[in-house]
Amino acid sequence: MRKTKIFGAISGVGLLILATVFIASDHIDAPAVAGTTTDIADLYAFEGDNPNNTVLIATVQGLLVPGIVTENATFDEDVLVEFNIDNTGDFVEDLVIQAIKRGDSMYFFGPAQPAQTGLSSEVATFADRTAVKISTVDDVQTASNNGMSFFAGPRRDPFFFDFNRFNEVASGSVAPDGFLPPGTASDFFADLNVLAIAVEVPNSMLGSAPTHVGESVGITNLPPAYNVWVSAKRKQ
Amino acid sequence: MKLYNIRFIMFTLCASLLFVQCDDDENGNVIVQETCDDGIQNGDEDGVDCGGSSCEPCVGTLDFSGTYVQEDIAGRPGVNTVFSGADNVKNMFNISVVSDRASFQPTFEETLEDYHDVYGDALMTTIDYETNILGLDAPTFTTVLAQFDALQVAPDGQTTYYDPGTGTVLTGRALPDDVIDVSLTLMFGGTTGTRFDGNNGTPQLTSDGVDSGDRDFTLPFPYLESPIQE
Repeated sequence: MRKTKIFGAISGVGLLILATVFIASDHIDAPAVAGTTTDIADLYAFEGDNPNNTVLIATVQGLLVPGIVTENATFDEDVLVEFNIDNTGDFVEDLVIQAIKRGDSMYFFGPAQPAQTGLSSEVATFADRTAVKISTVDDVQTASNNGMSFFAGPRRDPFFFDFNRFNEVASGSVAPDGFLPPGTASDFFADLNVLAIAVEVPNSMLGSAPTHVGESVGITNLPPAYNVWVSAKRKQ
Repeated sequence: MKLYNIRFIMFTLCASLLFVQCDDDENGNVIVQETCDDGIQNGDEDGVDCGGSSCEPCVGTLDFSGTYVQEDIAGRPGVNTVFSGADNVKNMFNISVVSDRASFQPTFEETLEDYHDVYGDALMTTIDYETNILGLDAPTFTTVLAQFDALQVAPDGQTTYYDPGTGTVLTGRALPDDVIDVSLTLMFGGTTGTRFDGNNGTPQLTSDGVDSGDRDFTLPFPYLESPIQE
């Protein structure tokens, strides 16, 4: 009886979920982008070593195994990666910092008000521009300009997650058991690499932050906060 | 003594040939673009301080024209992966704008309840989502996830997804933040955060059991570790 119930759950709700390979956080999140050069893995945003700065890191093209796969991974000249910053609270980007590869370098533009918002972008060539040579596994290159710092290249994936167990938990295949205890659980990403794009920017270049959106749903004592997201856009 | 000589010769050689990138064999540091701002065309530069093997290409030689159209987007970790459910919804989410996501909320709420139903069925009882530690009921929680899917980043003070030590929440995403455990707790932890924590006969749904392991998050810019090598 119980087996039937479990099977019923899996065949009903579960199959729909099981049918898709899950990988969090945004690593190969959807069929249309999985395995392509626009596939975003993760977004990080935090205070820099200099507390007046914010660090923005996007990881892309995740699941690079060490060795030749990592060494051969390259950014795509047709893909524009944009950090979007909403500093008014309407979830429309007021500022963008763009990154795009040309030759052996990553070119950064901004922060600048984009000519247009939304699904389509043009490179903000009117904005401040900085190039940094794309790092390799052995050769780390960074560039600084105007108080900002820039990096692009392969790094160890900082994301940690027992992804295999999550698939089993989400599908119900291990129900009523859930995740495994520390020591038994396994970090799927521990030995994987990813391509990273990192910018450190003075907060003074991002404008003042709006009221935290959490306040609108009753979460109290939240400091003003930008809304930040990353997008990957392909040349048409 | 011998090493010193070799390094002196290398330095002299680099300087004399106006190499702009000289690897220091001892620590891997690189002297970047030393002559790309000296106001003269030298080395293998194509123009004054531009082009060649080391300087930024000369203005006008790079093509940044064209229109670029969104194929992927990410705010908070795991939102599309965990809540969109079906493949076509995931694809649609990736080509949507953050400010126009109201249509995804019902799907997100349905998926949230589906996860609970899987365990309700397995345990032969009814399990529904319970208001979480942030005080968000299912419609509100999934509205926050669907319609406000961006990292909230506070320019002042600690930036963290959630720091149990300080209680600070949703002010950014730092590298060491265990965003999976935070997300699972918000999904399955109920009002106390411990609803399905593996104790008292409950399934462990609030932690995946892994932490950052041997990763080093104390490095200077770009703050990320070197790639794992074979």
